[in-house]
Amino acid sequence: MNPVIEIAPPKPTAAELTKDTYKGKIHPDWCPGCGDFSVLAALQAALHELGLQPHQVCVISGIGCSSNLPGFINTYGMHTLHGRSLVVGTGVKLANHNLKVICVGGDGDGYGIGGNHLMHIARRNIDLTYIVMDNQIYGLTTGQVSPTSSKGMKTKSTPHGNVENPINPIPMAIVSGATYVARGFSGKQKHLVDLFKGAINHRGFALVDVFSPCVTYNKDNTYQWFTPRVKGLEDQKHDPTNFHAAMDQGYKWGEEIPIGLFWKRTDLPALEDLEPVLEEGGPIAHRPLGIPEDQAKALIQELL
Amino acid sequence: MAVDFAIGIGGEAGQGIATPGDILARIFARRGLHLNAYNAYQSLIRGGHTFLTIRASERPVGNMGDKLDVLVPLNQDTMDRHLKLLRDGACVIYDGDKLKPGEHAKGVQLCPMPMKQLCGANKLGANTVAVAATLQMIGIEIDPLEQVLTRQFKKKGDAVVQENVNMAKAGYDYAAANFRAFPFKAPRGAKPLGVVTGNQALALGGAAAGVKFYAAYPMSPSTGVLMWMAQHARQLGIMVRQVEDEIGVINMVIGAAHAGCRAMCATSGGGFALMTEGIGMAGMIETPMVCINVQRGGPATGIPTKTEQGDLWQILGAAPGDFPRIIVAPSSQVDAFKTLPELFNLVDKYQCPGLVLSDLLISEGTSSVDPADLNFKVKIDRGQLILPDNAPNGNGEAVSIGSGYNDDKYWRFKNTDSGISPRAVPGVLGHIFTAATDEHDEDGTLISDEFTNPTKRRMMVEKRARKMNTVLNDIPAPKLFGPENAQVTLVGWGSTESVIRESVEKLAGEEGIVANHLHIKWIVPFHTDDVTHILGKSKKIIIVENNYSGQFARYLRSETGIKAHGHIRKYDGEPFMPHHIVEAVKRQIGGKEELSVPVHEIHV
Repeated sequence: MNPVIEIAPPKPTAAELTKDTYKGKIHPDWCPGCGDFSVLAALQAALHELGLQPHQVCVISGIGCSSNLPGFINTYGMHTLHGRSLVVGTGVKLANHNLKVICVGGDGDGYGIGGNHLMHIARRNIDLTYIVMDNQIYGLTTGQVSPTSSKGMKTKSTPHGNVENPINPIPMAIVSGATYVARGFSGKQKHLVDLFKGAINHRGFALVDVFSPCVTYNKDNTYQWFTPRVKGLEDQKHDPTNFHAAMDQGYKWGEEIPIGLFWKRTDLPALEDLEPVLEEGGPIAHRPLGIPEDQAKALIQELL
Repeated sequence: MAVDFAIGIGGEAGQGIATPGDILARIFARRGLHLNAYNAYQSLIRGGHTFLTIRASERPVGNMGDKLDVLVPLNQDTMDRHLKLLRDGACVIYDGDKLKPGEHAKGVQLCPMPMKQLCGANKLGANTVAVAATLQMIGIEIDPLEQVLTRQFKKKGDAVVQENVNMAKAGYDYAAANFRAFPFKAPRGAKPLGVVTGNQALALGGAAAGVKFYAAYPMSPSTGVLMWMAQHARQLGIMVRQVEDEIGVINMVIGAAHAGCRAMCATSGGGFALMTEGIGMAGMIETPMVCINVQRGGPATGIPTKTEQGDLWQILGAAPGDFPRIIVAPSSQVDAFKTLPELFNLVDKYQCPGLVLSDLLISEGTSSVDPADLNFKVKIDRGQLILPDNAPNGNGEAVSIGSGYNDDKYWRFKNTDSGISPRAVPGVLGHIFTAATDEHDEDGTLISDEFTNPTKRRMMVEKRARKMNTVLNDIPAPKLFGPENAQVTLVGWGSTESVIRESVEKLAGEEGIVANHLHIKWIVPFHTDDVTHILGKSKKIIIVENNYSGQFARYLRSETGIKAHGHIRKYDGEPFMPHHIVEAVKRQIGGKEELSVPVHEIHV
């Protein structure tokens, strides 16, 4: 059965791209002042500056405040399960490798419940961009400790202070095999746009961890806390191709916290380049189905 | 009487049971004999006890039967476990230099072979010699064995080929001179048959249906599907991934399916448990995909190498919430092949997850197959799928609607009469939407937060549920086998079809008990009216299943209100043999019991 269409509509045409092209139908329902507004705006700007058609982009999230983002941007979107955006994104990308796939979510989603996937997606070096809106707190569940919450931080689930150590996503991503690892800050939107553009253009797995303050539940790591601390790596003549320098910078935390591009290597092929199945014939999702007669015969011959 | 015989080969894991098993299976199938092979094994790589039963017949066979004609013990342990179960007329072929036969029934022929003399220095030769002796005693020429050995050892050079052929000849001649051949001769069938395992059949069925994406995490007894897919990925253009865990597997498969692939995965009960949240996502975002659960004995790690039908309620209840799903339990290896293309058409039409319940018995069991039954020219219907204009859509034309961006004309989850909404995939111009696991409106907008709306929530629940209204029209209803006014109706589902059918024949032939058989394949949706009608006429309903609590009995009752009169259940890890069912039916008809739990006599 073919699709049932009541009125034959005009053929769609790719419209002229403007900044508004990427504006979603829905206005974000984040708390006023949430860092995620800036991440959304920076992502929209990056897509516009890269000239990407909205239907060629799929933004895929997990669950949490920041994972509502796909509903607020005019591209194809998936709002999946908690922690699963990267694996869903891998399936989408391998099915249609012509799409730009951008996974987004929060620190609990990506480094907590989805942490196992992050390590494996990084080592696969699949061509995905992953933007983590890191606010060091569980927001949508009203303020519990997260994998990036600082030691000692008081939250609703650590009322006497967090006794555990936080994850450090930058070195973790580097040693896992990510080939583009950066950190941004919602308070520096233009800088974010550049990091996002670099990540989307990078052929391989790119992680951009973004300090995206939660104005409601994290009273420790606020705009006021970050602003004097963040220092651009660009201004420090950091060489992102130097592994040891990247690891050293990744471990810095305290009065000075580096942001920018920590690590980038372009000498490794992306997963899609290593898969002979994708070599020709276009996206596998669009190829004709069915087994040709000669192949069917060969398959049966194996059983005889 | 049709010629029907069975050979058991046993030894330690690592002792090479599989090779003589494969050789015999190939020789029988090429001869046109039907066969079924079941390997009872343990969760270890070396040592322990492994026992392969190959049954061959002039007629189709789907289970291991009740008797062994030839026992080939490769170690003393196998001799001790199995010799005492042989009956009059059977024989045991063994290394007379090494093994000692024990207590055995009258009429069992002991066939010790002087392996040192026949094999010389070749330590692995005993298996070949035993196979040769077996063939001689069941009246098969040595030529097919010579051909198989020649092919098997060709790479190692002519000298090795010749050594093996010579050993086979010596074993064959020794048997002819010293042992009493069987009164029957293995006949020839009408045409050569192939040999297929259930996991291969599931993979072949998926490939025939057009699966382009397969992902898995290795888990017995489902791993055979992954191995077949990996082996054929490049040849068939299938993207095959081994993922870090089953949660990753199901989510990756859903991602690929959402982007337009026919996508599939297989696992076993524990892995399926990890996948269940993903199954719910496929239901909520209305993405068609297929997930196979090859059941093994549970719970938890359970008995990884043993069979059970214990996951019925797990699969019925997989994932939170209420949503449409289609569940099917194929009844044999060949049925598994045929089921997958049907299921893919259904899930593409109804945009919901499709779940297959196989089990170890089907998936790791081996069956002969008539090549004509493996039809790859299957119907492919992708339902209301919208692919980009330049993409061939399997069997139809791509259609575009709407224009430009932010287009309100395309609502991915449109509330239609059928509940089915045209499905665009990412990459199609003019159809942009977000698929959310939160409840959403027709256009994809979340109605879980600021737009929460009970009326819309009700509408969307009903829209998805409505899709199930017509599925029953697309799948065949179960049919009663045997006379309508039988004394007893045996009801089963999934892998037990063959063993129940054979029991019905035995009851009629040997016991004078007239039974019939109702077998259920499509679990959800359930043919409530047809089943109620059929069982309404039954005098006595006995449900046969491989689990402890009667999972199907409870399901039947929940769907039809019918309470069975009796139950035959087995949950020791080993499959039913026909006599287990025959004897239980006799006891239940005699009023001795309502629940029978047959004892598995073979200690494997």
